Amino acid sequence: MTTFIQILVAGILSGGIYSLVALGLVIIYKATRVFNFAVGTIMVFGAYLFWTLVAQLGLPVWLSGIIVVICALLLGAVLERLFMRPLIGQPILAPIIVCLALLGLVRALTLFFFGGYEHSYPRGIFPAGSWSLGGIYISQVHVLAFAVALAFIGLFALYFRYTRSGLAMKVTAEDHQVAQNLGIDVKGVFRNAWAISALVAVTGGILLASLQGVDDTIELIGLKGFAVVLLGGLESIPGAIVGGLIVGVLEALAGGYLTDVMGGGIAETFPFIILILALLIRPYGLFGLERIERI
Amino acid sequence: MMRPCGVFNADYHQDKAILRTPQQWGLLLISLVFIFAVFPRVVPSEYVSLVMFMGIFVIALQGLNIILGYAGQISVGHAAFMAVGAYTSAILVAKVHLPFLLSLVLAGVVAALVGMLFGAPSVRIKGFYLALCTLAAHFIIIYVINNWTSLTGGPYGMTVPAASVAGIELKSAESYYYLVMALLVVLTFLAVNISRSKAGRAFIAIRDNDIAAEVMGINIFRYKLLAFGIGTFYAGIAGALMAHQWGFINTDYFQLMHSIWYLGLLVVGGLGSNLGPIFGGVIYHGLGYVIDSYFPLLAEAIPFGRAEHFATLGLLVYALVIILSLVFEPRGLAHRWHIFKASYRLFPFSY
Repeated sequence: MTTFIQILVAGILSGGIYSLVALGLVIIYKATRVFNFAVGTIMVFGAYLFWTLVAQLGLPVWLSGIIVVICALLLGAVLERLFMRPLIGQPILAPIIVCLALLGLVRALTLFFFGGYEHSYPRGIFPAGSWSLGGIYISQVHVLAFAVALAFIGLFALYFRYTRSGLAMKVTAEDHQVAQNLGIDVKGVFRNAWAISALVAVTGGILLASLQGVDDTIELIGLKGFAVVLLGGLESIPGAIVGGLIVGVLEALAGGYLTDVMGGGIAETFPFIILILALLIRPYGLFGLERIERI
Repeated sequence: MMRPCGVFNADYHQDKAILRTPQQWGLLLISLVFIFAVFPRVVPSEYVSLVMFMGIFVIALQGLNIILGYAGQISVGHAAFMAVGAYTSAILVAKVHLPFLLSLVLAGVVAALVGMLFGAPSVRIKGFYLALCTLAAHFIIIYVINNWTSLTGGPYGMTVPAASVAGIELKSAESYYYLVMALLVVLTFLAVNISRSKAGRAFIAIRDNDIAAEVMGINIFRYKLLAFGIGTFYAGIAGALMAHQWGFINTDYFQLMHSIWYLGLLVVGGLGSNLGPIFGGVIYHGLGYVIDSYFPLLAEAIPFGRAEHFATLGLLVYALVIILSLVFEPRGLAHRWHIFKASYRLFPFSY
């Protein structure tokens, strides 16, 4: 029983990070109707950038944090301006392939600037201990990551509700042409969406790197984010949260109980099995909108 | 199809012909003689092997073109489907001792079955959703290969015996070249005819608007599955051809990144045109060859560059080629080629 609860807790906590990654995907999808396949590599980029600033250049954490935030916003905005904006109005295939190619591009940039070696953050930046609650260990980094994920999600709920640009984003998500007619700067919204999403992804990347070290296996987590958004529903922020927790828990359970039967790697593959099942059973997800198509 | 000035189709037989004029027959004959008799004897063996691999990639892209270019369904799992073909053929030849040509066909068939299994969700979903579904297919297939250790050797890979046809062992790249080119010609001819057949027209209707196609009485489920089946059949054959030439395979040879480059280079070549895969395959492997052989030299020539910088340039070059070509010429090189062909046929008139 203790093992079960331990696995459950670990799953919920890692699910928080999945939710964060999924949030970044949902924001871009809501605004621009594009899936950001490059999210995983953007996470790796952020993790390496933070490592370079903190460990190699020895900057204080708050300063590196600010630099990382600025770089992330810039990266998102630049990717959107250079590669996604020329594709507005083209058939859906073009943004899909460009997003996939961006995956390669950002990976190449990361390797070019930071090299491909494994690192870990210096001690003292992230808490290293763990709490013990009746025999169940909860590592503090996991809790921190979970808390940051929740804080981000709450922040975005407020942003969409109370700020002008958040409202503009919601209108744009509804219909691009209507938004344009209402005087909303749709291109600006696209830019904001990409910038915010890059920021979210980079945050997720750094949190993950604090758990498992700075290397490019983080990229895979970005791809698992797709399982989360499809399960939760593409347009839904609550869906991203719930989906993240479900995927996190199921993955942890698969890792805990199926590894002996199904061999190693089942935990990493399980989110993709969930993805296919979600697509087959409820293609619009738990909380998504069912689209009705007409000719 | 555009015909030279003064050539008119007077009956259905002429209208259906792929090769319409004596000049076209002559060109075909000359190019066949060039491919099979002149090229491998004149050119150094390094380039013969280069062209041989280009041929394999063209076969793979022909398959992707049927899925994506004609039927409009996105598959990000092409490398995994090639892995299925590669492993099937390797296992059949090494462990069951089937003749190579039979196992090649079976590799295609098994890949087609797996492809149809993962293509089945395309009935309900499309666009980004389908891309994600095939992406998941990639990870699941690679997981199965890595864990079915008794059959596939797992992550350590397996050695693949050299191909042999009718008692002749095709170990060297030059001898393999003939096999690949023969298959390439046959499979390209097949792809051209598929695209002109009833199925091909159904694919195009589904690509342009699947709801309208369904209203017109096209069985969407059947034709989408058929597209995936044919496309992954090609992928399986290409994968098997590669495995027998490499002599060793593991799952590192079939990465997600490769699938992405196949998709991208197919678009660079031109979607929905039988020329597109040829351009795409040649550029894909040609670029890879240039990057592998010249970028390290570049690294030595420039004092401040580090070796790993130039290793990453390969990724960068592929990504930029794909992105820029989508931004500036989304219809691909095949479209440019058609414009060129039309203009020289009409020269000196512009109409």
